[in-house]
Amino acid sequence: MNTLTRRTVLGAALAMPAIRRAVAATELGFYFPVAVGGPITKIIDGYAQAFQQEIPDIAVKPIYAGTYQDTLTKAQTALKAGSGPAMAVLLSTDVFSLMDDELIVPIDSVADDPAWLSGFYPAFMKNGQIGGHVWGVPFQRSTIVLYWNKQAFQAAGLDPETPPADWKSHAAMAAKLTRREGGETRQWGVQIPSTGFPYWLFQALAIEAGATLANAEGTRTDFASAGCQDALRYWIAMGKEGVHPPGIVDWGTTPRDFLEGKVAMIWTTTGNLSNVRAHATFPFGVAMLPAGTRRGSPTGGGNFYLFRSATPGQQQAALRFLRWISSPERAAQWGIDTGYVATRPDAWETPAMRRHAADFPPATVARDQLAFAEPELSTHDNQRVTQALDDALQAALTGRKAPDAALAEAQANADRLLRPFRS
Amino acid sequence: MDATVTKGAGEATAPMSPPPLAGGGRGAGAMRGDAPPAPSPITPPPQPSPARGEGVASRSPHAREGVLRASLAAWGLVLPSLVLLVAFTHWPAVETLWDSLHATPRGSRPAAFVGLDNYRALLDDPVFLRALWNNTIYAAVTIPASVILALVMALAVNRTMPGRAVLRMAYFLPTMLPMIAVANIWLFFYTPDYGLFDQVLSLFGLGRHNWLGDAATALPAIIAVTVWKEAGFFMIFYLAALQTMPPDLHEAASLDGTPRFMFFRRVTLPLLMPTTLFVLVNAVVNAFRMIDHVVVMTRGGPDNATTLLLYYIYETGFRFWDTATAATLTVVLLAILASLAVLQFGVFGRRVHYR
Repeated sequence: MNTLTRRTVLGAALAMPAIRRAVAATELGFYFPVAVGGPITKIIDGYAQAFQQEIPDIAVKPIYAGTYQDTLTKAQTALKAGSGPAMAVLLSTDVFSLMDDELIVPIDSVADDPAWLSGFYPAFMKNGQIGGHVWGVPFQRSTIVLYWNKQAFQAAGLDPETPPADWKSHAAMAAKLTRREGGETRQWGVQIPSTGFPYWLFQALAIEAGATLANAEGTRTDFASAGCQDALRYWIAMGKEGVHPPGIVDWGTTPRDFLEGKVAMIWTTTGNLSNVRAHATFPFGVAMLPAGTRRGSPTGGGNFYLFRSATPGQQQAALRFLRWISSPERAAQWGIDTGYVATRPDAWETPAMRRHAADFPPATVARDQLAFAEPELSTHDNQRVTQALDDALQAALTGRKAPDAALAEAQANADRLLRPFRS
Repeated sequence: MDATVTKGAGEATAPMSPPPLAGGGRGAGAMRGDAPPAPSPITPPPQPSPARGEGVASRSPHAREGVLRASLAAWGLVLPSLVLLVAFTHWPAVETLWDSLHATPRGSRPAAFVGLDNYRALLDDPVFLRALWNNTIYAAVTIPASVILALVMALAVNRTMPGRAVLRMAYFLPTMLPMIAVANIWLFFYTPDYGLFDQVLSLFGLGRHNWLGDAATALPAIIAVTVWKEAGFFMIFYLAALQTMPPDLHEAASLDGTPRFMFFRRVTLPLLMPTTLFVLVNAVVNAFRMIDHVVVMTRGGPDNATTLLLYYIYETGFRFWDTATAATLTVVLLAILASLAVLQFGVFGRRVHYR
């Protein structure tokens, strides 16, 4: 009895600081995905710790939740079960699904300071601006860029400092860069990957051909337009001419193919920049995508979302964290550490970013391309609509369906899926 | 439980009689009048001792009480597993069936009853039909291929020869690796140009193959991984069965001069039938259950060429959040598995002889 009492008193005394801290702090569950190489989890944990040191009464609890897809699934499952996080980083394109399930709140309904939200690049804001509200804050954002192997350019008799500027020179250079020995191709001219999310790469070609894939309300798509048909035919034609591997090209192995010298030019995300820089054994360059009737690329990557199930206190606390993490200095450091595009023009004016840009000029290419960027394809029932387009693209690339017919079919499927959302 | 029964019955009958273990253990079975292997307290045993038979007849209320207590105790013992089974197997199955008759709830819009609409919609869903067809081919190839290969491998290593242990280990190794690891290894094998297969083929002057990127070869590529993974596992069961086979059968056969193939067909194969049934049931279940490699290697692509039923259920449920369609697909999968099980145990099981 005596010992028990003593132990209880002792335990309570020891626990006091912890209890006081728990009472004072607002806890913020925060799900985030990792989609590129590098020590992302360590960086995010570091942010959470630094934030709590500055603002002790808010405790951010970052939870690494897998890929974008896994994170969305986990967040939706947890929220539907009534025990979700207060905020998460999810694909900018999942905004309609999150709205339709009534899981998120508009950021501008929580924030009373519109100036802060207007400090981001407009191209990154577009995916989150729906119905006069802002639903997502840009965080880990990217665009597609072209990486080229300068050594291969030299070997093919091309100027190693001049990447292709338009579709015509792109196809012509790809032809020169393709090296065959006997019946085998030793080096392909170019690779545009088509697994996982072929619609994203296709959207780049479609924008360059002057097409728009979906309306801003996310209720209508236009997959069968003349621009889309041109884009898909251009892609398939390169395969037929033997300058691009025929059929499906894997997203994941494309950077490795480039590093192994199996291909001279690749289209992939800026998020791969640090990875390619670390492993390339040859000089390489990064360029904007070549222009069709215009230049262009879709944006990509993830936004911050605030969840409806969080208490008003948590939502305010989350907002403070968002403002803190998207301050110019931190947005700059995040871009330098990961290869993602720093999301605000003022981040590029910071001393750290100026030094980085001078030291490694390719880092600025994605930023400059933002002037031509369009929001990534995003509609209601987004996962299904993009799947319909993905299936059509893969069917056309593998030659199972004619390109125009495949696109018409994808459009018909999208119409069927989106009809309930039109009013 | 046995103690209770022994006490109840023992008091009523001759104290010398052996405790009716089997009768008590069977509980309700004894009441239905099954032929018990040991004397039971209520059904007259085949050759009853007079004292015992009399005792039961005159004290039947007591005996009934004993049985009641026995069955209560039996239910009590079954209860924990029953609770788990109901909570995690039967109730979800019923709820799935219920969900499949409703529309998917969205946001604040509740689920409405739609009857069989979800099932009708499946018939118009080209991806579902594709998944069903893919899974049929997948099952029709992987099941016989892995079972036959397992039997051949088991026969090969079931004799004395140098390096037998190493060979057995090599055959079994794929089973020990997690499927995710296996899929990643094979992903490299299948990589165009510098993957293992293309490197070997290039020695013979055969060019590049996009194994997983071509709709014609993607499903066969997935099937090959499955067979490679499964065969070693089934081999272990065949090997165990072969080891328990009495050697005198073989000696007798060789004295009679039976040809080896005849011996295999008439003796070995029939004796392996219980194992084959077990292995087949597992193979069938696996053919509809294993999708890890699909997730890692193709994500159902290209253009749904490798979409299997369970993968499509996952996509529909957790990517598209169309829970009603996912429930409907699950019911279809359950129906397929149930009818296959009935078929196996009903038709095939009857031909199996247990020793």
